[in-house]
Amino acid sequence: MTATRDLGPLIPRNRDAHPPAYDPDYKTSVFRSPHLPLISMESTPSEETGPRFGHARLGPLDNNLILNWTKGAAPAVGERILMHGRVLDENARPVPDTLIEIWQANAGGRYRHIKDTYFAPLDPNFGGCGRTITDENGCYEFLTIRPGAYPWPNRGNEWRPMHVHVSVFGHSFGQRLITQMYFEGDPLIARCPIANTVKDRGQLDRLVAPLDLGRARPMDFLAYKFDIVLRGRRQTMFENKLEGM
Amino acid sequence: MVQKLDTLTETPSQTAGPYVHIGTAPTYAGLGGIYEHEIGQTTYQDGAEGEVIEITGTVTDGTGWVLRDAVIEVWQADASGRFAGQEGADPKVTGWARVCADPESGEWRLGTIKPGPVPMRGGGWQAPHIVLWIVARGINTGLQSRIYFEDEANGDDPVLARIEQRPRVDTLIAKKTGDGRYRFDIRLQGAGETVFFDM
Repeated sequence: MTATRDLGPLIPRNRDAHPPAYDPDYKTSVFRSPHLPLISMESTPSEETGPRFGHARLGPLDNNLILNWTKGAAPAVGERILMHGRVLDENARPVPDTLIEIWQANAGGRYRHIKDTYFAPLDPNFGGCGRTITDENGCYEFLTIRPGAYPWPNRGNEWRPMHVHVSVFGHSFGQRLITQMYFEGDPLIARCPIANTVKDRGQLDRLVAPLDLGRARPMDFLAYKFDIVLRGRRQTMFENKLEGM
Repeated sequence: MVQKLDTLTETPSQTAGPYVHIGTAPTYAGLGGIYEHEIGQTTYQDGAEGEVIEITGTVTDGTGWVLRDAVIEVWQADASGRFAGQEGADPKVTGWARVCADPESGEWRLGTIKPGPVPMRGGGWQAPHIVLWIVARGINTGLQSRIYFEDEANGDDPVLARIEQRPRVDTLIAKKTGDGRYRFDIRLQGAGETVFFDM
């Protein structure tokens, strides 16, 4: 039927590298975490395939959050930054041609969302979402403004660190990942119950983007580097069966 | 000392948060028009082969309260069991869409093509199903689940067969409510908790 080479099942998730579903310091997780264990089994073609997105549907400003809300008419207010990095899989291979979506608050910590009632003002020139597709080496970049910290109702005096939400597709639906990028040196990271749902300190550090002066553009923008690793495929010389066989 | 492995560890997940719609469904969040083409609106185009069906449901938390801020992504095969991009797949079926809970009622609705059976690695077939990925505020890692159909032969499905407690299988079966209409409610926690997978 199809001559596609079977790339092998997805490598099972190492759940210790991820947050547990239930973490009482992040109160909403108490009601929204399954009590029963996940059913574990090897991936099937349904998880090993996934949607692919062509460049044709993207507009030229889609990865420029400084300009995309006003379609280039006026720039957003705030600290101008380049956010860039690579998408790799667990076998350290680049993941080319995959869609990355980001969303964030404005420089004052206010989201452009019907449900956000924080009294920091909206920036009339800032929307807060962007998207791009990785190149043949798995590289991506966004131009944006650094988001502000903002308060949220959890414990009495809770503030999210500055962060950008990141959604990545990979090439398989089972690789689907949403995470958050934090900024080097932000003292709120260590105090944040959402950041600290990641129990392994080394893993939490991987969500913190370092300042990257080498990619900053003088007199224009600073840069932060954020690399992303997705699940890989488990392949051996004993497993080269055809897809669907 | 031993040799060093050159494998990497997956980037840890974080919750999608309450404003997930800004990045994934901007029109829903109030950012309509920021993109010329918003993705994920539908799994198929007019003229796709197969039966057009509609599935509705809610997502409830451990107290029975309906989530108003959940986003569900779906991925499925076409009517003949082929995924987009595979040889012979229906070019009018992308198989992928995003569904947002209604901000008032929490009801979600998916209009799609009923998928066909999908082959397993090493032989055998999976009964028709739709793969789900559920994210929301309070969900730290996206939850994987599946929708099967009450009016299909699910008895030989190898994934359902792995569920030891047989009454739990029922949580993955959409109930037929009319011609081409199904109901599928997701319970995150507690009585009738939906089966979630690690696949």
